[in-house]
Amino acid sequence: MDIPIDALGIRDGVASGRLSATDVCRAALDRIAALDSSLNAFRTVAADRALARAAEIDTRRENRNLALLGVPVALKDNLCTRGITTTASSRILDGYVPPYNATVVDRLEAAGAIIIGKTNCDEFAMGSSTENSAYGPTRNPWASDRTPGGSSGGSAAAVAARMVPLALGSDTGGSIRQPAALCGVVGFKPSYGRVSRYGLLAFASSLDQIGPLATSVRDAAVITSVIAGHDTCDSTSANVPVPAFQAALSGDGDLHGVRIGVPRHLFREGVDAEVMAAFDAAIEVTRERGAEIVDVVLEHSPEAIPVYYIIATAEASANLARYDGVRYGYRAEASTLGDMYDRTRGKGFGREVKRRIILGTYVLSVGYYDAYYRKAQQVRTLIRHDYDRAFGSVDVIAMPTSPTAAFSLGERTEDPVQMYLSDVFTVGANLAGLPAISVPCGLTRTRLPIGLQFTGRAMEDATVLRVADGYERATTWSRERPPN
Amino acid sequence: MSNTFSRGDVERVARLARLELNAEEKELFAHQLAGILAYAEQIQRVPTEGVEPTSHAGDAAAMREDTVCASLPREQSLASAPDADPRAGLFKVPRVLA
Repeated sequence: MDIPIDALGIRDGVASGRLSATDVCRAALDRIAALDSSLNAFRTVAADRALARAAEIDTRRENRNLALLGVPVALKDNLCTRGITTTASSRILDGYVPPYNATVVDRLEAAGAIIIGKTNCDEFAMGSSTENSAYGPTRNPWASDRTPGGSSGGSAAAVAARMVPLALGSDTGGSIRQPAALCGVVGFKPSYGRVSRYGLLAFASSLDQIGPLATSVRDAAVITSVIAGHDTCDSTSANVPVPAFQAALSGDGDLHGVRIGVPRHLFREGVDAEVMAAFDAAIEVTRERGAEIVDVVLEHSPEAIPVYYIIATAEASANLARYDGVRYGYRAEASTLGDMYDRTRGKGFGREVKRRIILGTYVLSVGYYDAYYRKAQQVRTLIRHDYDRAFGSVDVIAMPTSPTAAFSLGERTEDPVQMYLSDVFTVGANLAGLPAISVPCGLTRTRLPIGLQFTGRAMEDATVLRVADGYERATTWSRERPPN
Repeated sequence: MSNTFSRGDVERVARLARLELNAEEKELFAHQLAGILAYAEQIQRVPTEGVEPTSHAGDAAAMREDTVCASLPREQSLASAPDADPRAGLFKVPRVLA
């Protein structure tokens, strides 16, 4: 049986009875079984649970209009799933089985989606290559010697390899968009507050947001409509109506009346020539589709990376204090309570997580708080103001998602600053709480994907999706597929 | 600010963070954190006098009514613990004093 690669195609097939949810689910499981020994995109495959759920959908005849009926979805392993191991790819949560679901998981299941398993990521989402997983790196489906990006690298690789049509990731500084770009799929970080983070293992609470990875903007819009909305379990979730994102898409891809800002001053150095050429070509496409291209300045964006790494590590050092060997996860042997804490955390956390806890604790400590943490929060304000000013004259801002295509495994692991620079174009949206999407916009000569990012005003997720959809309809890059 | 980050600094901060590090990690982190802090130094050049700090991207977190509502049953809360006494309803830890 021919199973569509997109979520909407699967949903329509299952809803109309042309496809059985069980066949769709089996096909996804077969593909995972065939490819994952080499890709390592999955931490856990919940085959029995998924097949039971599919059988339930096939036998129950009600609810034919559910938005994701019978659609297999993979979840980043930092999202709590009742009854399915959840480790955030950390040794310290080895074997942890949560007693509750993240809100997004409940919402997906209520919409008819089938949870197929949990995907590999950088430990506690800290990284840009998925090499910081305690369970081995994920490989890029386009080139097995390259990283898929990170931290949601398993989710991006699973969608790129067509194991699943949809996956969820989390994005604190680019962790959905950058791997989406490096794997040639669509990745969307909704506005801060748009999606409940209840049940997301917290990394940096003022920046974290959950969002989808998909093979098209349209699919990303559909799943965002499902997971978005107010939740009393997350005090930062916005109590505002959720538009029907799919209905907001332009239909014919026309971009007349859309003003796209381009901060060219940020591209002077460090951007790979092929990435730059693909970006310029993409901007030309939007112009041909009717968009007006406007130069904008984001004056403080060059400082965004240090601001981000000070704020994110400070928040992480507080959030990760809960992993102490008492209530869940791994505990190291020790004869006193204090030694047990120290040893559990020393042995349970990996190197990047420890590095960030040290940095975060340092910038919050007496004597350094004002110089680093408070200063970073002030520059964060200036970065927000830059975006506000730019959005006075444009509807979205376009940038390359990542300054380079997928880099080689091991290439940046020894140099933290080099790795952090992978996020130079993505952290701004998190610092300012804005919606941002990465959509495929080209391939390098060696066939590595390149991503185009659109960022919009806070809570104008629909505008970002509409512009990305317009661009996507004008090109064929989203339809390119990796070998195998 | 000074960009040096010594092994002693790493040890002091690791104690605050309750994190046991081995000798190799202490050396490595001292070296790497010096590099990261040198890189982060560029934010000191940005004039910020009178600029309000941003602690949160969205609106202020909403408060809920202070009322009792359902929470996880005790046995489920204890089920994932490395050591617990479910009948007594207690997490168990090593002795506090040596």
